[in-house]
Amino acid sequence: MKVLVCISQVPDTVTKIVLKDNNTAVEENGVTYILNPYDEWYALVRALELKETGVAESVHVIMVGKANTEPVIRKALAIGGDEAIRIDADSNDSYATANYIAEYAKNEGYDLILCGKESIDYANGAVGPMLAELLDTDFIGFATNIAVADNTATVKREIDGGEETDEANLPLVISCQKGVAEARIPNMRGIMTARTKPLKVVTPAAVTALTSVTHYELPPAKAGVKLIAADQMDELVNLLHTEAKVI
Amino acid sequence: MSVIVLVEHTEGTIKKKSLEAVQYAAEIAKKLGTTATAVATGKIADTELQGLGAYGAQKVLYVADDRLNDLHARAITRVLVAAAKQENSPVIVTLHDVNGRAIAPRVAIQLKAGLISGALSYPDTVKGFVVKKSAFSGKAFAYVNATSEVKVIMLAPNSFQLNKTEGAATVENFSVNFEDKDFGVKVKSVDKITGEVPLSDAELVVSGGRGLKGPENWGIIEDLAHALGAATACSRPVADAGWRPHHEHVGQTGGTIRPNLYIAAGISGAIQHLAGVSGSKTIVVINKDPEAPFFKAANYGVVGDLNEVLPRLTEAVKKFKAEHH
Ligand SMILES: Cc1cc2nc3c(=O)[nH]c(=O)nc-3n(C[C@H](O)[C@H](O)[C@H](O)COP(=O)(O)OP(=O)(O)OC[C@H]3O[C@@H](n4cnc5c(N)ncnc54)[C@H](O)[C@@H]3O)c2cc1C
Ligand SMILES: Nc1ncnc2c1ncn2[C@@H]1O[C@H](COP(=O)(O)O)[C@@H](O)[C@H]1O
Repeated sequence: MKVLVCISQVPDTVTKIVLKDNNTAVEENGVTYILNPYDEWYALVRALELKETGVAESVHVIMVGKANTEPVIRKALAIGGDEAIRIDADSNDSYATANYIAEYAKNEGYDLILCGKESIDYANGAVGPMLAELLDTDFIGFATNIAVADNTATVKREIDGGEETDEANLPLVISCQKGVAEARIPNMRGIMTARTKPLKVVTPAAVTALTSVTHYELPPAKAGVKLIAADQMDELVNLLHTEAKVI
Repeated sequence: MSVIVLVEHTEGTIKKKSLEAVQYAAEIAKKLGTTATAVATGKIADTELQGLGAYGAQKVLYVADDRLNDLHARAITRVLVAAAKQENSPVIVTLHDVNGRAIAPRVAIQLKAGLISGALSYPDTVKGFVVKKSAFSGKAFAYVNATSEVKVIMLAPNSFQLNKTEGAATVENFSVNFEDKDFGVKVKSVDKITGEVPLSDAELVVSGGRGLKGPENWGIIEDLAHALGAATACSRPVADAGWRPHHEHVGQTGGTIRPNLYIAAGISGAIQHLAGVSGSKTIVVINKDPEAPFFKAANYGVVGDLNEVLPRLTEAVKKFKAEHH
């Protein structure tokens, strides 16, 4: 079984967002980019576990991104991916990103494609189901547990107000969240071998993006906290009713 | 022409967040000089469907197929695409929830439509079709322009106040030829969290952190949640330690919620925690440390021992409820 893990690059949550060019862009200086946590901690690690237990024979990682995403791709190889594909394009629109990946993946015979639940920058969670539609496969989203045997995946996933267990045949696209696996830290050997693992650069298919960000806005500063004495809970309830109007 | 909106139901009762979606679609329709058409599937009574008229739907396309009580994403995609083609729809609306997020991206591929997720505003159609959404874990808003002819929008639940009006929608039976592959995903077992308010849709949330010291102390969180009719949540270390179930964990690596009220007790307010809750309309922080970073993100703060403050707050809520029914 061949597994493909879709990975994206996102600003680290702890970086401060500063806007520039009349709020039409985010200042990149000072932003640390990381592998999207859902892709790294859950999708990639589960794929590696499937390989380690003999269910999968190879784990490829794919990133739609320009050359500046290569350090993050190398990190995925250091954690244990066998080989990487970088589709040399910006990834600002899920429709285009999914099409680029599908165009590449359709001839590669992947049995299982794992994505993260969402990229933490724009939280679309769209690339996975779009890929499934383009590749004419099923998609199971928000997985918390994945088992694969005999061409069938058994997946526990979040539903509205609970959990359910689904079964679907491969090929299949699954999006992963907490529960699917435990995060791993790359070891020295992994980091050394990652340098020599194949990283293929592919030209994107001719697909036009259908969305773009016109501008950004920073949330208004909080007016400041109103402190209520610990023995005045009637007052707090009263404020929640009359001022905040939430109860 | 009409704007299409998918509605979800629980055993025949349309979900409140879907009423919001209908109202949202109707408002967009008005803006575009057209009407809103709701799409519903599964077992729902006619009166319930007609009731969507009170939220602005003029018509309901109803697929009475019991298999679609579960929202099989591929089957619903087929329904929405057929409905959008029939209605020559410029815009298709779903919710930004577990169901909408499995369906809307597929619809976008089929219709070659720009997809806008987590919409927080009506589209601004003065220069293009621009919708506001949250970005970078709540640290900014992004305005996304869809340039395609058809647009698909996933609306963030709890973004608009419901305004019920008069009116009944006409219900039309709608039929679609499904294929076997539309039901390829087999549901083996369902585990509903009963008796509680589901966290992802909750308007009120009470959340506890490491300051609670152990799972045996959660009674004071649950009591307050119960008095308010709120859902319960927790910080990551609490879920990691197994004090609370994983689905309650909010933050960068857990769920993202946007309730009207988020009460955090014994949570320090790390940036990764805020990433999941900063969209809450009102935040109340209870912490014994006046320097806890969470106070900077709070609207109301109580500096004190949660073991004393929480029971007092619960009593105050009960008193308030008794006075206001
Ligand atoms: C990559 C990454 C991702 C992460 N993702 C998440 C995430 O998704 N969600 C998340 O929550 N965290 C996440 N974290 C962890 C986060 O950084 C914090 O460590 C965590 O949120 C702290 O949890 P806490 O506030 O419950 O505990 P603590 O930080 O230990 O805070 C406990 C608080 O309780 C107060 N307290 C103690 N006793 C009392 C009392 N009797 N009365 C009142 N107050 C009291 C203390 O003053 C303190 O402020 C992540 C971290 C990393 C590095
Ligand atoms: N640029 C990208 N390259 C490869 N995979 C991506 C890219 N962007 C998103 N993905 C995958 O799709 C998932 C959902 O991302 P998104 O739709 O951007 O929220 C991510 O967790 C990744 O698995």
